[in-house]
Amino acid sequence: MSNDILSGQEAVSGQVSNQRKTMGTWMVQLATFGFALLVLLQTLTATGVIEFGFSSWLPVFLGFGLWGVFLCWGNILRLGEQGWRALFVLPAILLTVALVIFPTFFGIYIAFSDWNLSSATGQHFNGLANFYQLLADYRFWNALSNMVFYVATVVVQYAIAFGLALLLNTEIRGQKFFRVAFLLPFMLSPVAVSWMIGKSMLEFRFGPVTNLLRNFGWENPSLLTTPWLAKATLAAMDAWVWIPFMVILLLAGLQAMSKEVQEAAKVDGASGWQGFWHVTYPLMLQVSMTTVILRIIFQLKLADIVINTTSGGPGGATDTVSSFIFREYKDRSNVGYGTMVAEVYLVLIIIFVSLLLKLSSKIMQRQGA
Amino acid sequence: MKIEEYNLMLSRRNLLKGTSGFTAAAMIGVGATVATAPAFADATSDLRAAILKIPGVGKGQPTDADWQKVGEMCLGATKASVKQGELAGVELSFMGLNNQNVHNVLFRGLSKAWADYTGVKINWIDLAQADYNARLQQSIATKTVDFDVIEMGAPFEGDVCGKGLASEMPDWVKKQIDMDDIVNYLKPPVGTWAGKQYRVTVDGDCHNFNYRSDVFADKGLGEAWANAGNKTPWGVPKTWQQVNAVTKFLKGQKMDGKDVYGYLDPTKGWGGFAFYFLGSRATAYAKHPDDKAWLFDVDTMKPRVNNPAWVRAIQDVVDSLPYEPADQLNADPGTTGFQQFLAGTGSMLSWWGDIGTNVYTNDSSTIQNKAAFDILPGSDDVYNAKTGKWDKLASGPNYAPNLAYLGWGIYVMARVDADPKKQKAAWSLAAHLGGKDIALWMAAYPSGFQCYRNSQHNIDEWVGAGYDKAFISNYLDSQFNSYNHPNGAIEPRIPGIFQYYSAAEDILAQIYAGKVKVQEGADQIAAAWEKLTDQLGRDNQIKLYKGSLGI
Repeated sequence: MSNDILSGQEAVSGQVSNQRKTMGTWMVQLATFGFALLVLLQTLTATGVIEFGFSSWLPVFLGFGLWGVFLCWGNILRLGEQGWRALFVLPAILLTVALVIFPTFFGIYIAFSDWNLSSATGQHFNGLANFYQLLADYRFWNALSNMVFYVATVVVQYAIAFGLALLLNTEIRGQKFFRVAFLLPFMLSPVAVSWMIGKSMLEFRFGPVTNLLRNFGWENPSLLTTPWLAKATLAAMDAWVWIPFMVILLLAGLQAMSKEVQEAAKVDGASGWQGFWHVTYPLMLQVSMTTVILRIIFQLKLADIVINTTSGGPGGATDTVSSFIFREYKDRSNVGYGTMVAEVYLVLIIIFVSLLLKLSSKIMQRQGA
Repeated sequence: MKIEEYNLMLSRRNLLKGTSGFTAAAMIGVGATVATAPAFADATSDLRAAILKIPGVGKGQPTDADWQKVGEMCLGATKASVKQGELAGVELSFMGLNNQNVHNVLFRGLSKAWADYTGVKINWIDLAQADYNARLQQSIATKTVDFDVIEMGAPFEGDVCGKGLASEMPDWVKKQIDMDDIVNYLKPPVGTWAGKQYRVTVDGDCHNFNYRSDVFADKGLGEAWANAGNKTPWGVPKTWQQVNAVTKFLKGQKMDGKDVYGYLDPTKGWGGFAFYFLGSRATAYAKHPDDKAWLFDVDTMKPRVNNPAWVRAIQDVVDSLPYEPADQLNADPGTTGFQQFLAGTGSMLSWWGDIGTNVYTNDSSTIQNKAAFDILPGSDDVYNAKTGKWDKLASGPNYAPNLAYLGWGIYVMARVDADPKKQKAAWSLAAHLGGKDIALWMAAYPSGFQCYRNSQHNIDEWVGAGYDKAFISNYLDSQFNSYNHPNGAIEPRIPGIFQYYSAAEDILAQIYAGKVKVQEGADQIAAAWEKLTDQLGRDNQIKLYKGSLGI
């Protein structure tokens, strides 16, 4: 075997000999066969058909990596320059398959199984039973309906964020300080916010916020025990954390906007409101849509503040789908059902966000953005 | 002993209060103490008295050096069963908690001399409480038990011992740790499966009744109580019926110009742990003296949580909530104990032993010298699940302390059994940490563990170490009277027990919020439990449940 073949110089030059092609093909086929054999062996071991396999799936995972190396190498040998080009994306594709696509599909497999970590009989396939359980589980539907409320609050958050972004975009004194100050909540962990605000500042007896409310004449300012108020309070806490994120994006959009357009509007006699509504806002529509959609995606995953502050209570009034899944996994080790809820929720999110993107696209087309 | 209990002895208030007695003891010295206490006359008593002086009550929190010293002084039993260097070359993995910087952290110091003497190397796996259950369950489910010794609560015995993952305790260990000294409720069947002993107990746990002594001694409230038409004298409630009546009465009452409240119910979920608090209300109704079971029917695993006894307990909570503080619907057990009771809100509370002593030491506590302890209240009648009728006992109210969680233990995993040297090393370590003398020290100083041995109820030893006699007597009595009660409600040590509790918490939250009616909600819990039992394997659960109750 020549050094040129191994180094790939021949391939780069565009010439691929038959010897190389044969060698590359054999390498890919042998590696694939070896890896398939390894998977089969471990599957038979795991299902109890044979007893001489590995004690865990780790060798299979390592085998996948090795197969990937031989696949890349074999492709270079048999395809030449095309194989080198594939080398730029193939490792990334293999990683994506290993870390994203496979877990997602494996999750679907788990979702169709009865798997409680404490079960004496372990995991077993139970068809659509988890799905039917989900359809009849009022706790899931309650959490999902709460998500409608939480997502709806994004509109209010957007309005506030836009206002703050406009403010920070003006030439005000201490502009740099305010920009950093407004970003601070976003730098805090939502878990820390839950304790700092939810557990301390809003505490019924000694919390400064509740004491302030008492001074205003509210005798029993218990913010987290009345369903609608608890939900609104958590939404406000969540908004406090995430509005700065929206401000950053909107501010970046405002700063990228040509000032000449706004100045031209002023010269034409537009008032402040007219300038905003007819010039700034339409020009910001693309940034706004991106901001709102990103924020909605984050909002759909809301869990930490709810788990730490109310545990979904009172009576499920503040529960989110993610906090419900968290309890199903962590407190009940109910992996099968928890995964089914997570997978169904993922599908719902994909559908919802797809519709949202389509809607935003239409709106922007209509506005000519 | 929990850190808070120890801090009690360090509080300025108590130091000032106990100055004269403590100074006198210091002046007399250890020798004089021994001379005046015949029970301390032998070598063992000398050792017990000596370790209680490390570092000495009132001399600051023990350090790692203190832990190492105590561990070294308590090596006698190990030396009798293991030769120096006999276990050299063995490596053990020990998984436990790092709560409050004790548990595993403390075990490191206490086992340092043991490791030096035996030649064993210990690798420590520290876990936060919140991660413990998930880590353990995953290890079991994925068959990746990567530890040789584990600090574990009795409720998990079903998950571990029931699946054959633990090593059976050798006879020499039983002798070394003096099993007979363990309090009754922690004796077998606790720590055993199918008649085999697995656990070296290092802790005791139960719910007791914490109440405000000043509230129930207040003359003004007494007069108001009488004026309200109550014919019984104003005093500490002894039954849940009385607790409920007092809770309703106290709504709107004031003492020293402040609102007074009665019983505090935790209504918010706490990872399954909040269910223990409903259990404390229910045991007196549901745990019949003639029946060991109180949570499930032993032959079928049919839940009893929707029977009239449990429904009455849930109804009690629902009826009491309007008379409790306004934020009660968002109160988990931590809130009721630490933010309400300690801060002066509420006058009655069920909790583990920790809370009672926090009242004296916690910086936010406003009720120092205003709290006392007892076993949980009883009930005028008790439900007989076998006859379906409420019984009035000839002996009076039915008391049934909720022996919640059953404390921590050290368990050796079965994977060491293949290597006799490693097996001996693991059991020797467990026996060292569960030794009789080291137990006394752990109960007296911050360790995360409470009393679990009858020998720890020797008041003179505690007083000799510097504890206030009245305090320690009242506190230990509430603990030991619960431990040794003939009608204690034993925790069902079955696989997935916290899943049952967690599922109940979700539905209870709906009931407490008024979204679901009591009986309807209780039926939902029962249905969820039935489903869970089927999922976990009914036959196996029945077998293990019977085993956990010693049937």
